[in-house]
Amino acid sequence: MNRRQAIAVLALAGLFISLYLYLYKIGKIGTLACGTGACETVQLSPQSRFLGVEVALIGAVGYLVLLVLAALASAPGFAAVAWPVRWLAVLSGGAVAFTLYLKSLELFVIHAICWWCVASAVIIAIIFVLAVQEWRRERARG
Amino acid sequence: MAPASPVTPRRSQSGPSSNRFFRGLGALAVAGGVVLAYLVLNPKDVSIPANVTVLAADTAGFRGYLVGSPTAPVEVTEYADFQCPACGSFDVLQWDVVKRQLVDSGLVRWRYRDFPLDQVHRHARLAAHSAACASDQGKFWEYKALVYQRQADWSIKTSAAGMFRDMGREVGLDGAKFDACMNSKKYAGRIEASLKEGIKLGVPSTPTFLIAGRLYPGAFSSDSLASLVRHLAAKQAK
Repeated sequence: MNRRQAIAVLALAGLFISLYLYLYKIGKIGTLACGTGACETVQLSPQSRFLGVEVALIGAVGYLVLLVLAALASAPGFAAVAWPVRWLAVLSGGAVAFTLYLKSLELFVIHAICWWCVASAVIIAIIFVLAVQEWRRERARG
Repeated sequence: MAPASPVTPRRSQSGPSSNRFFRGLGALAVAGGVVLAYLVLNPKDVSIPANVTVLAADTAGFRGYLVGSPTAPVEVTEYADFQCPACGSFDVLQWDVVKRQLVDSGLVRWRYRDFPLDQVHRHARLAAHSAACASDQGKFWEYKALVYQRQADWSIKTSAAGMFRDMGREVGLDGAKFDACMNSKKYAGRIEASLKEGIKLGVPSTPTFLIAGRLYPGAFSSDSLASLVRHLAAKQAK
């Protein structure tokens, strides 16, 4: 599996985590599987919405966009096309910044950790690293 | 002119390996979709246990949600089930008038007691517990009104917990505290005690009103309730 394909798989995993949390938020699944964490505290906090939109929904849409871009970048016809990789790097960079903001809210405002959110943070960080590596490779090619 | 690429030739993803990847990605997407669909179709609600052993600490002197003057001449105890349609119509259509005419005027002290009919109303006990959690934050009456108003919506849901949470938020409850209260199931014993008390008294259905030692099954109209209360109050004044 190359980097582009790995990004697609990770984006799919992130998409499912976000959808799981969003379905919980809208009351479609009763309780969250959370182990020792405080997922419900985080998900029910006022900080679980950003500008009036559920953070989990923002995550789902974001991961879907990354998945489509990564799938395009992995398609045979797009092997020589640079823009999907460039957008993957830019968007995942923005997502990492947003994730850092959310993590700081968990640690310093809500005082609770949601392990699903931690998993998502790890996924987006790996996607960002892989996307930047791939972008550099494209730039080196010219 | 751009220089020729000094690095390794561009890897092509065409052919069987690319097809294999997309097939695998598609299979993962389907598997994830199946898992989410399963979770939606089989939601894990917090379930409030029935038939629990009632401890003294469960009730701790609690004998229903009270509103009205402690010196009111008449006390009405309502045995109700949040999912019972007749209780819903009484609450939505009559309660405001009853409260204004009888409770706020000092004629009646109203006591609301849970009588969840689990066999026919699967969310009744969860609703009763959610109302107890709303009461924890001092919002029982506002929350009760909203739960009855939306009864037709949450009653048909496979999982009603999310709607209870949303309604709690609507009346201004702290979501995290409400959720912690629901997960603790701490009022299960109290709800069971209320049900057992009603059974012991002979409550046959919901709503049933206990007024001056007599049970009145079925939803009252505000007019007939007012005339009964005024009659009892006048009798007591003699």
